[in-house]
Amino acid sequence: MNIDKRIADDLVANGVSFVTTVPCKQLAGVIEEIDTRDDIFHIPSNKEDEGMGLCAGAHMGGQRPAIIMQNTALGVTINTLATLIQYYRMPLPMLISYRGELREPVACQVEMAVHTKALLAQLNIPTYHFHWQKDVEEFDNILKYTFMCNKPVAILTDANFWGGYGDQ
Amino acid sequence: MIRSEILKEIAPILRDQLVVCNIGIPSQELHAIDDQPTNFYMLGTMGLASSIGLGLALTQPKTVIAIDGDGSVLTNLGTLPTIGNNAPDNFILMIVDNGSYGSTGDQPTYTGKKTDLAGMARAAGCDNVVEVQDVDTGAALQKAISEKKPTVMVVKCDSGNAKMPVITMDPVVIKDRFMKAVAAS
Repeated sequence: MNIDKRIADDLVANGVSFVTTVPCKQLAGVIEEIDTRDDIFHIPSNKEDEGMGLCAGAHMGGQRPAIIMQNTALGVTINTLATLIQYYRMPLPMLISYRGELREPVACQVEMAVHTKALLAQLNIPTYHFHWQKDVEEFDNILKYTFMCNKPVAILTDANFWGGYGDQ
Repeated sequence: MIRSEILKEIAPILRDQLVVCNIGIPSQELHAIDDQPTNFYMLGTMGLASSIGLGLALTQPKTVIAIDGDGSVLTNLGTLPTIGNNAPDNFILMIVDNGSYGSTGDQPTYTGKKTDLAGMARAAGCDNVVEVQDVDTGAALQKAISEKKPTVMVVKCDSGNAKMPVITMDPVVIKDRFMKAVAAS
């Protein structure tokens, strides 16, 4: 199964037409795949809170947005999640590379990984963790759930899900 | 002129447009001067008025005016390259540059010193950047709307705030009202 294609297919099938990204090595394939899709407008942002602002605008413009980002940036988005996305009840699927988990080669990444689920739980953000490639089968349901409840929803995707790093 | 005097003067122009208004006193002033369903008031999240406005302009055809401040743009400088490389013809960013953080007690920002926001916007790739004196704001805004090309306005004015009540409207009501106005033909 090509998980990059599957994720892009599910985004398109759920009407997600506006995607902003801040890259991560693990996300390179899915970002590349999104760029090949005519049904998705891809706008890279320079910081994740900026990207959430773009998504808020796209939502109010009548489109379905999504953000693709790394978990290390969760800290810079806390205020935006609380006072914009949640306060105004906006749907936002967050496809997040979960750096610092099993098969991670860079020790520093673990420092934010240990806070990631706690921060999301503190914000009452529904959170899913993709560890096996078959977990991607849940993505379609998660997107439907997100746009049903008008909340930010986190999908954490670790190195094992993406196939690891070389010999790691 | 201070920001509230400018907003009073341009209210008849703003009334017919979609407006995303910056957090704090700017939104309070606009709300008190001329509340409209076409106004989206930010109640929190400093710095993102330009990003929300850009996302809105990219996803529907009506003209969008994001009213921002110098302090807020400085806190989200990454917005300028994103605007410079992506802004559609229906997007106007109006930065009210009074050289101070108005909502927190008029502490000076760096734009009152050596920092030049118009120069930064140009360097970020924004092709149509206009520097405007407070008294000329209405004419410059009308021109930007008529020209139908992405515009960044840097409006130089005096520091100071009008005493206006806090917005008590529920955020979901603000959004719902605004989205209906966006979708209306």
